[in-house]
Parts: sequence; structure tokens; C-alpha cells
Amino acid sequence: MGDRLLAGVCWLAASIVAGGFAWLLGDIVMNGLGQINLMYLLMPVTDAGRAGGIGPVIVSTSLILVVCLSVSLPLGLATAIVLSEADDARWFGRLVRRSLDVLAGVPSIVFGLFGYAVFGLALGLGFSILSGGLTLACMVLPILIRSIEQGLRAVPIDIRHAAAALGMQRWRTLVAVLLPAAAPGVLVGVVLGIGRAAAETAALLFTSGYVARMPDSLLDSGRSLSVHIFDLALNVAGGEPRAYAAALVLIVALAVVNLTAISLSERLLSSRINPA
Amino acid sequence: MPASASWLDPDRLLTGGLRLCAAFSAALLILVVIFLLLQAGPVLDAIGPWRLFADDGWFPADTAAAGQFSIVALLAGSGAVAFGATVLAAPLAIASAVFCRFVAPPRIGQLFRRMLEVLAGVPSVVFGFWGLVVLVPLINRWQPPGASVLAGALVLGLMILPTIALLADSALRSVPRATLSAAAALGLSRWRTALQVALPAARGGVVTGIILGVARAIGETMAVLMVCGNVVQVPASVFEPVRTLTANIALEMAYAYGDHRSALFLTGLVLTLLVIALVLVAELGRGANARRTAHG
Repeated sequence: MGDRLLAGVCWLAASIVAGGFAWLLGDIVMNGLGQINLMYLLMPVTDAGRAGGIGPVIVSTSLILVVCLSVSLPLGLATAIVLSEADDARWFGRLVRRSLDVLAGVPSIVFGLFGYAVFGLALGLGFSILSGGLTLACMVLPILIRSIEQGLRAVPIDIRHAAAALGMQRWRTLVAVLLPAAAPGVLVGVVLGIGRAAAETAALLFTSGYVARMPDSLLDSGRSLSVHIFDLALNVAGGEPRAYAAALVLIVALAVVNLTAISLSERLLSSRINPA
Repeated sequence: MPASASWLDPDRLLTGGLRLCAAFSAALLILVVIFLLLQAGPVLDAIGPWRLFADDGWFPADTAAAGQFSIVALLAGSGAVAFGATVLAAPLAIASAVFCRFVAPPRIGQLFRRMLEVLAGVPSVVFGFWGLVVLVPLINRWQPPGASVLAGALVLGLMILPTIALLADSALRSVPRATLSAAAALGLSRWRTALQVALPAARGGVVTGIILGVARAIGETMAVLMVCGNVVQVPASVFEPVRTLTANIALEMAYAYGDHRSALFLTGLVLTLLVIALVLVAELGRGANARRTAHG
């Protein structure tokens, strides 16, 4: 009796969740699919986005991601290496970890304010792809560090001991042993970071800006795909159909990115359990 | 191995460099707070923290003397939407996690979890857009104007549900197998095992998930900006439009100058402190839970 009730309630809850998901996804696929073709992906934005394509928007989005990763990856890798070797009882590791946990919770709009004040005003970068990418780099740092650290910790301690027993110096151990072994974890982190950064809108509103032209340099303002959707939906009368198309492009790209991260990390976990 | 005493020793350089990077990563949080404080400084000097609650309303102006800077209505907006979203999402999320672990056939449970993971990665602007073109017109037909606390709570609820469900699921997964076997050996039925053994044992993780969900709901900008109507008022019912702290920043930064802009940074600071407090509470819960499982 109780078993049936529990099963009933849980099936109902799961159906509601799956139904909401299907509604959202179905609506966007049905309304967006008909408008997407090669020209849409390549052409410049015309008539405030009501016509033309999203070519420059895709270029700007990619440039923002490149800036974001080229700053956050080295910094994240270094921090993750320190954390993976830190003794949790010591204050330094604990402080860094706690601080990153809190940073992960800071709202994206606050990162937007921070990026505007630091990169836009203090460093004089204004509204630019560079400002936006650097702001996102700060934002994805916690998630990047967490997954890279997990990858590094998955390297069996025996390997570290063996390297030490061979009299290898620390930096040699790191470059020749730890990093290759941790590469899959690093990859998961990078993919997750890309997913988080590409989904972001609020942090970009006043850092990389709204300009939909093809950017000439990293100092130009560039509109990301997410900002493009927002602008079409809220600020452009009659922009709705094109917003559907852009939303579909973004969702498909992110689904590919996230499923890649998930399957990579599952492979990583299973390889840790049965070392080949 | 000859230990080099020089500090040009590559190992020392490496360790130093890595630690410097780690220290910078840790300092980022402090930098965020410092820059917010620097920008908020002028208005904070002029009005002090109390007028944020005592003023007549949110009527910002370029000079602090000419404006009114009460954030009470904005806080009420953020609170109402986040509360509604949590009330809608938490029970469904916990039931979903129990579904994955105890009810569904393994293959369906796996598929369902994969769906939650994809849902967690859908950008907030897409949730907001869907809410704007689908939910708001529906609510409008029933209770105009449609853009309301309810629309915000529904969209945010769907957004934070995967966060809570996935954290609850991993908390349930980490309940020791011995505990579940003991329950089975005592002849407990499946629903008693799920509700009276597994969920209480996973309580810490579930509560952490809910608190992080609330934090995400309070910090969310795009979705609420698109579906909540953005009228600065303390809502009298769930069908009235509101403006949240986050939406207010996104709306007004575009044209704010002087003390008005400074006031927006101040609200950003309030938002950050609010979320930091929530995350720290969640961390405490997780720590307490880890200790309990270690002893139990």
C-alpha cells in the first residue's frame, strides 16, 4: 500500500518535471527549427536581428570564450595543482577552497558590475570582448578549479610515490606524470567552463555590450548569442521568431557541450575504479 | 640528490608560482567585494546604510540628496519570487531524487538523471524567453497582467529544480549500503526505507541543495527580468508584477550616473552579502552532515 503510494507520488513528480522540460524544449525546437539554415548561421545581423543571420554573433561569442579560457585555464590549473596537494588541515588550502565555494555562489549580475568597474572603468577596456571574456574568466574559475582538482586527485597516489622514489624533481613529476594523467579531468573542467560561460547573459550586459557588427579586434564590443536572444525577446518588436532560432542554436550547442562533459567525467570515474 | 639552496631552483620557483596563482584565485572574492565597496562608497557616505530601509521608496537620482533609496520593495520582490520558486521546486526535486534512487527502473532512472543534467545547463535567458512567450500570456488570460510573481516563481522553480534534485540524488547515493541493507534485514518496506531511513540519513545533502537553490534563485537575473513585470512594489498577491534586486541592476545600469550608479553597486553588495551568507550556511550544513556520517 505504502509502496504503491510512494511509487505513485514519485512517478507523478517525475512526469511533471519531464513534462515541463519537454514543453520548454518542444516549444523552442518547433518554433526555431524552420528558420535555421547555413545562411542563418553565416549572414550578418540586419534590421536589429529581425532579418539576416547570426554570423557576427557567433564570432563574438567564440572570441569571448577564447579570452575567458585563455585566462582562466592557466590560473585554474595552477590553483587546482596547489589544492590537490594541499593538506586540508592546513589553513592555506582551506582558505582557498572556502573562498572559491563562496565565489561560485556570487550572482552573475554582480560579476557584471565587478567586470564593468575593473575591466571597463579601472583598466580602461570599456565595452569590449576583452572586458566580457575577462569577467567570465572570474566567473568560471571556481567550477574549472573543482573539476581539474578532481582529475588530479584521481591520479593514484602510487604514481606520485613512484615518481618521488625515482628521485624526480617536483616540476618533472608534474609535467611528465601528473598532468598527462590528469588530462581527462582537465578536459571535463574546460568543457563545463565553456558550458557555463556560453550560457551567461547578465555578466555580459555591461561588459561586452550589445554591438552586433562583426568585431575588428578584441577591443570592440561584441554581442554574445545569449545577449542576442535577450535583446530580440525584450527590446525588438517582432523579434520573437528570430529569438526562437537563436535560442535553439544556443540550446543545441550547450546540450552537446554538457553531454560531452558528463560522458567524459563518467569515463573518468569508471577508469579510477578499475585502473587499466 | 643534490638539494640546491639557491632560490633559482626550478622546484622552488614552481611551488612559489603555483601558490601565487592559488592566492590570487582566493583573493578574487575579496577583490569583488572591495570593488563593489569602492563604487558604492559615495552613496554609502551620503545616505548611510539605514536609509536603504527607511526611505520612502526607490526613486534614485544622480545626487544622493535628491533621491530616495529604499530597497525594501526590491528585497520583497526578490524574496517573494525566490520563496515561491523554492516552495514549488523543493518537493518536486526531492520526489524526483527518490524516484531516481528507489522507484524507477535503473535505465529510466539513469535517463531521468541525464535529463536533469541537461536541464541544469539550459541558459537562464532561454528559460526567461520561454516564460515570456508561453507562460506570461497563459497567466494573462487567467489573471492579468500575466508578468507577475507567479510567472517568476514558475520559471525560477523549473530552473533551480535540477540543482536541488541532483544534489539530493547524490546525497541519497552516498547513504551507506550497510544502512539500507540493515533496513531491508529489519523487513522495512521500500517506502519506509526511502522515507524513514535514506532521506533522514541524506538530510544534510538535501538541505544544502535547497539552500543553494534559494541562493541561485535570489541571484538569478535574466529570467526574472523577462517575466516579472519589473514594477517596483511590495506585491499584494502572486498575480502582481514585481522588480527584483538583480533585475533592477540590469535595467538601470544602462543609464545610471553619479550617485544613482553608486546606489546600484550598493544593491549589488547587499545581494552578494545575502548570497555569501546562504552559501556559508549551506557549507555548515554539509560539514555537520559529513561529521555525522563519519561517526554513525
